[in-house]
Amino acid sequence: MSPTRREFLRASAAGAVALASTDLIRSADAQTVAAPGPDPFTIELANEALTAAKGAGASYADVRIGRYRRQEIATRERQVAGVEDTESFGIGIRTLINGCWGFAATNQLTKDSVRKTALEAAFMSRAAQAVQRRRIELAPIKPVTGTWITPITRDPLEVPLEDKVALLLAANEAALKVKDVRFVNSGLQLLREIKTLVTSDGTNVTQTFIRVGPDFRATAIGEDDFQNYDEELAPRGMGWEYIESLNLPANAERWASLAVEKLKSRTVEAGQWDLILEPTNLWLTIHESIGHATELDRALGEEANYAGTTFAAPPDKVLGHFKYGPSFMNIQADRTQDGSLSRVAWDDEGVPADQWLLVEKGILRDYQTTREQAARIEKLTGVSRSHGCSFAQSWSNVQFQRMPNVSLLPGEQDIGVDQIVAATDRGILIRNTGSWSIDHQRYNFQFSGQAFYEVRGGKIVGMLRDVAYQANTPVFWNSMDMIGGKSSYWLGGAFNDGKGEPSQINSVSHGCVPARFRNVTILNTRKKA
Amino acid sequence: MSGDALLTRDQAKALADRVLTFSTADETRVNIASTWSGNTRFADSSITTSGGSGDVSVTVTVTIGKRRASATTNVLDDESLKRTVERAVSLARLSPDDPELMPELGPQTFPPINAFVEKTADLDPEVRNAAVKRAIESATDAGKAAGRVFTAGYLEANARAVAVATSKGLFAYHRATDGNFSMTSRTPDGTGSGWASAGARDWGKVDPSGIGRIAAQKAVASRNPQQIEPGPYVAILEPQAATDLVSLIDRSLSARAADEGRSPFSKAGGGNRVGEKVVDERVTLYSDPADATLLGDPFDDQGLPRRRIVWIEKGVLKNLIYSRFWAQKQSAMPTGENAFAGGLALTGGTTSTEEIIAGCERGILITHFFYIRYLDPRTALYTGLTRDGVFLVEKGKIARALKNFRWNESPLLMLNRLDEIGRPEPTAPGYMMPALRIRDFNFASLSDAV
Repeated sequence: MSPTRREFLRASAAGAVALASTDLIRSADAQTVAAPGPDPFTIELANEALTAAKGAGASYADVRIGRYRRQEIATRERQVAGVEDTESFGIGIRTLINGCWGFAATNQLTKDSVRKTALEAAFMSRAAQAVQRRRIELAPIKPVTGTWITPITRDPLEVPLEDKVALLLAANEAALKVKDVRFVNSGLQLLREIKTLVTSDGTNVTQTFIRVGPDFRATAIGEDDFQNYDEELAPRGMGWEYIESLNLPANAERWASLAVEKLKSRTVEAGQWDLILEPTNLWLTIHESIGHATELDRALGEEANYAGTTFAAPPDKVLGHFKYGPSFMNIQADRTQDGSLSRVAWDDEGVPADQWLLVEKGILRDYQTTREQAARIEKLTGVSRSHGCSFAQSWSNVQFQRMPNVSLLPGEQDIGVDQIVAATDRGILIRNTGSWSIDHQRYNFQFSGQAFYEVRGGKIVGMLRDVAYQANTPVFWNSMDMIGGKSSYWLGGAFNDGKGEPSQINSVSHGCVPARFRNVTILNTRKKA
Repeated sequence: MSGDALLTRDQAKALADRVLTFSTADETRVNIASTWSGNTRFADSSITTSGGSGDVSVTVTVTIGKRRASATTNVLDDESLKRTVERAVSLARLSPDDPELMPELGPQTFPPINAFVEKTADLDPEVRNAAVKRAIESATDAGKAAGRVFTAGYLEANARAVAVATSKGLFAYHRATDGNFSMTSRTPDGTGSGWASAGARDWGKVDPSGIGRIAAQKAVASRNPQQIEPGPYVAILEPQAATDLVSLIDRSLSARAADEGRSPFSKAGGGNRVGEKVVDERVTLYSDPADATLLGDPFDDQGLPRRRIVWIEKGVLKNLIYSRFWAQKQSAMPTGENAFAGGLALTGGTTSTEEIIAGCERGILITHFFYIRYLDPRTALYTGLTRDGVFLVEKGKIARALKNFRWNESPLLMLNRLDEIGRPEPTAPGYMMPALRIRDFNFASLSDAV
């Protein structure tokens, strides 16, 4: 692929998301919280670690010092079920010696302890030479210095707890007004992570990440039966203003009434149906069947023992050839979109945030990469830089390739889900995410939802229950024949995506529009005890 | 750093006492977790990452009247600990009254459980990497028939010391280790994949070469899998596959959910099904931290001792998981939360996996499962996939390799369709599980994944 062509792609992809971002983040311009700089003691410790690592023979070393604060509030009905506030502070040091990685981490932040930890990492690098078929080589990087903070107007950790609890309990109260709704759970996960990265290349950056994740579930009890309804409250890389914008108390009654409606709905007739997926459902299907399938570590087998490999491999056979879906399907990877969970200024190797196409006009074009991976597909993609997908969940974990935001770009025609329903003769429309499962090469998947509607003759004719859709990834995406336009774009996401050994959590967003898929297998999940 | 840097009982007690003196709340609890982990990960005959990390975290839970909240830190100077206590106090003050709040516990007695093995806590990178090397060599050798097999795997050693102290005089301390090794082997033609794993409190009981050999043998045997129509078939679950499913039962065991009508153990018309036959009468399922084959955790986060609890005895539901609040309300014995941390054993059979295969006229042998998710809490129905070795058994012998399946099945309902139950084997630290032969296991669709 020529550089000119890549530049063109990048420019067009950026244009598409810029439209979406405008709709999504109205408050982005109103940032009022300034980015904190690094604490001088942190830099002193980092330099101590780098000096020790280099002294022990490291050709490259990086040091991450993280201070994490997490608050979780859980409520049920008219009471608080738990309030937890956690802080964690420590240092993780990674060394490269003779092409082998070592990593060590400690919560003891003294110069002596940090020196010892750096030497431990170096010892691990040397010990790893016992099993080394391939040397680690890092993609070039330009050292950077700077600070960054998630654009927010109000830090959620500075909002008084009583306000947070009052908001949740007001939502629960509204839900409990609905007849037959006996149980309500609501909660908030609020995070602030301050992370300083100093590398032997000369990079020195401090970033502050704010993320919020609300949740809401109503349970309706019927005669020998019960149904849950979970509202799809997307977690975001935003401040308290996002939680307020969801207006939980005003919406909870409507959400709760859906649990009751589910109790009374008709069980689905299993078989082949056309499927209309709202963005509140489709984001997770994108996450599992495209996001994970285009991770380069999977394609290279490095995740084979745990999360698995991918059908989208080997790279030399599929890049530029594999038809993922129809020509109007464009899948963008991104770490620049404000409000998204994967938004950074620099990744955990100091690589500036990137935006690129994984699937262009239906064809697989690229993967997600880190510095040690970029060179392995450079000849196929023409890209020598890392795409900046390095991430570690904590100072105590080593960074590795994690998913950026992976999104389905809007179609050219600005239609919404109503027009898709109107154009559908016999189908099922699904809202919100339910159960999900996919195989270790990302072929066979089965997803459910929260609310299911039967579509006949272009109209919604009633609610269904016990619905799951089951498909093979390439067949499914190639059956997509309609997608919404930019006005129907919505950003969903996962707060706790797991991968790696030891397993690490990553937070990632997925933007998408509603879409229709033809002749999909629908299962009835109801099973008599 | 290694596992020997964990807090000792005296150090943990001193730290807990120090934190308790900082609190003036009505009641205070301190939970301490001192952890060390060392790991080596590899793929394609190269170590991809290795790491070691140590941490000590202190969680302070304070109670003021009927209000309670927690705060956690891993910064252990007096100033930070005081700040953490203050944070918990301010969160508690701001919280509304909790009508279900139970008082903190006073002194308790705990069974002595020796789950700490020095050798596991001292597993340094050189020893780990030598084990990895042996496993790769063993797999390479066992997989020769298919060419140069690809290997990927993970070795980790964990050591932890946990302590609970309350302002009412409770102090509990426990140390445990575990060493775990798992490995995947794939054939160069891309059609075969095998997997094996083992884990124990004592690393000395784990055999990396044996795991490498089994993973490669399974990879070779699973080449060129054939497709058979999905549907109900006899399934032989190897002990690891049985662990994957049986361990899900804890999600259905909440007494509260059962009493509230939200569980498969809810009784029609109210109450729960304790005392009813819920699975095949050969099945007994229990937790017992003091059982030498399990060596589970002797207390929960509140310091409540974990005892032997028989969940299912000869097919009859005997116990459910009771929080302290729900136990008091229903006049039952509290089990504590996260009850399977006291270990889990499924007993009732004496035959080996090989004998169960030999006694099978026609069935599908399964190595392990992947990506298991809830479908319907009313029947504990789950979906998931088979992985790394699925074989058709005919007339007591493995006849050929099969493609992977997606299945939709309930670990509870399947135990009512039990053909044969094997003798329990260690599958992971704290787990003893047998092979199971299940009739009409619901294989829902085919997966192309290898």
